[in-house]
Amino acid sequence: MAVVVYIESENGTPKKAGLEVASYGRALADAHGVSLVAVGFNLTDHERLNVFGVDKLYNIDTQGGVHFDVERYSEALAQVATKVSASLMVVSSSADGRYIGPIVAIKTDAAYMSNVVGLPSQYGPLQVKRTCFTNKAFNETQSTKERVVLSLSSNSYGLHEKPGTAEVLSGDYPVSSNSLKVESVEKATDKVSIADADIVVSGGRGLKGPENWHLIEDLADVLGAATACSKPVSDMGWRSHSEHVGQTGKPVASNLYIAIGVSGAIQHLAGINASKVKVVINSDPEAPFFKAADYGIVGDAFEVVPVLTEKLKARMQ
Amino acid sequence: MNILVCISNVPDTTSKINFKEENTAFETQGVQFIINPNDEFGLTRAVWFQQKVGAKVTVVNVGDASCEPILRKCLAIGADQALRVDLQPKDGFEVATQLAAICKKESYDLIITGRESIDYNGGMVGGMLATLLEIPYVANCIQMDIASDEVSVQREIDGGKESLSATLPLVIGAQKGLVEEKDLIIPNMRGIMQARQKPLEVVPPEAAAPASKVQAFEKPAEKGPVKLVDAEDIDGLIDLLENEAKVL
Repeated sequence: MAVVVYIESENGTPKKAGLEVASYGRALADAHGVSLVAVGFNLTDHERLNVFGVDKLYNIDTQGGVHFDVERYSEALAQVATKVSASLMVVSSSADGRYIGPIVAIKTDAAYMSNVVGLPSQYGPLQVKRTCFTNKAFNETQSTKERVVLSLSSNSYGLHEKPGTAEVLSGDYPVSSNSLKVESVEKATDKVSIADADIVVSGGRGLKGPENWHLIEDLADVLGAATACSKPVSDMGWRSHSEHVGQTGKPVASNLYIAIGVSGAIQHLAGINASKVKVVINSDPEAPFFKAADYGIVGDAFEVVPVLTEKLKARMQ
Repeated sequence: MNILVCISNVPDTTSKINFKEENTAFETQGVQFIINPNDEFGLTRAVWFQQKVGAKVTVVNVGDASCEPILRKCLAIGADQALRVDLQPKDGFEVATQLAAICKKESYDLIITGRESIDYNGGMVGGMLATLLEIPYVANCIQMDIASDEVSVQREIDGGKESLSATLPLVIGAQKGLVEEKDLIIPNMRGIMQARQKPLEVVPPEAAAPASKVQAFEKPAEKGPVKLVDAEDIDGLIDLLENEAKVL
């Protein structure tokens, strides 16, 4: 018996989402009195996993493959899970984590539960709390299968250190059927993505036009934050739809969400509701966002935001 | 080309969410139901293929009779025929199992699901269905083109996008980007009239069990009032974020 976690990485280094999944997996393994087995691909910097209590790491060499390959990664994960008789498997809620989770569940005859926001409320049968209705509600979901794959919501458990030493093993990299082939990947390397960000700075129609987005970008730069936007902004083409957060866009579960000139339509608020602390800056005191926010400034973004950026910059130095 | 678009019946995005029967069931009273937005982006692309290359578009829903109005709307948008698997599903696995049975009866070149439904947000049906059928799946699909047998697709990833080549049959998880909001088709009177004549077949469900069940629902705790800071007092805001919220 074991708990198996999928460690996502970037250039050989585990990502924060991967470490959070390891932390969470450690707690599940302790509750079951079993070992924690991690699966990673091409990890060079795997000593970090020792800090989070991984007992065994299958570090799989992809033989030169540099991109996430859903077919081979999911098969490798399923093979390890079968080998170590995993009862629980955990992936993150990143784009890749949520992609691989349901596939691994079918391959291993497991139930799959996404958007999990905490440790199980019950083991045997396993029951977890998860968000639903795009963060407008939660539900308690119980598995009817012996094995379960969980997708953990970002920042919902956090990092918990439990030092140990992981035994590092190599694992087989399954063959490809070549039915799906990655041709190219476009990724901004100088920007933090919405999924990985601790802080997200978001702009709405109140910014009046795309030419004013330096206000958002400058503030995000100082905070090391990701930039996001509301639905109308992406529909008007001011910003790429990859920045659109909300019910039909991306969900946000950051520690701090700063909304500038965003009125706060119910669909937008649902999408960002999982963020821990919300700040709104808006000239309209009646904007619905003030009801959802923790901190607010009623004021002109064009005056308030540059001052905030300058003061934060001075503080960081 | 044969295209199957899988449709969820979901509460409108502006709906207030409430529960009944001691928080074990969703209160549907007074809720307007719509085609799941991600599914509608997929359906719109399917209708585009129908008009360009003569694809046949079938829509399918796993649900009870209350889901038929949105299937009629799909027909009015342009789908050729509709299927309803007569089952109130308990989870995404059950939906995927029923859809896999449909796909084994008739062969489809392209199967489109939404990235996720906006009610349960499981995001699992597409990947499960593809794996059950042993064909590839592309999640978070933001672009798709087919030239003879060559399929090119784009997947949105965290912080960017990935371009892939694929072969048919294929399952994709549609989302905004596959078509834009402005491309969505609002049914006209002719479409609505024609939809009444198009076939909507009710299919009995296969015997299969769900993999999970919802025990109870809960609404988030009421939030305290916003703490307002004067627009002149930016230092005050920074102090609150640093020392009270501890997020800086």
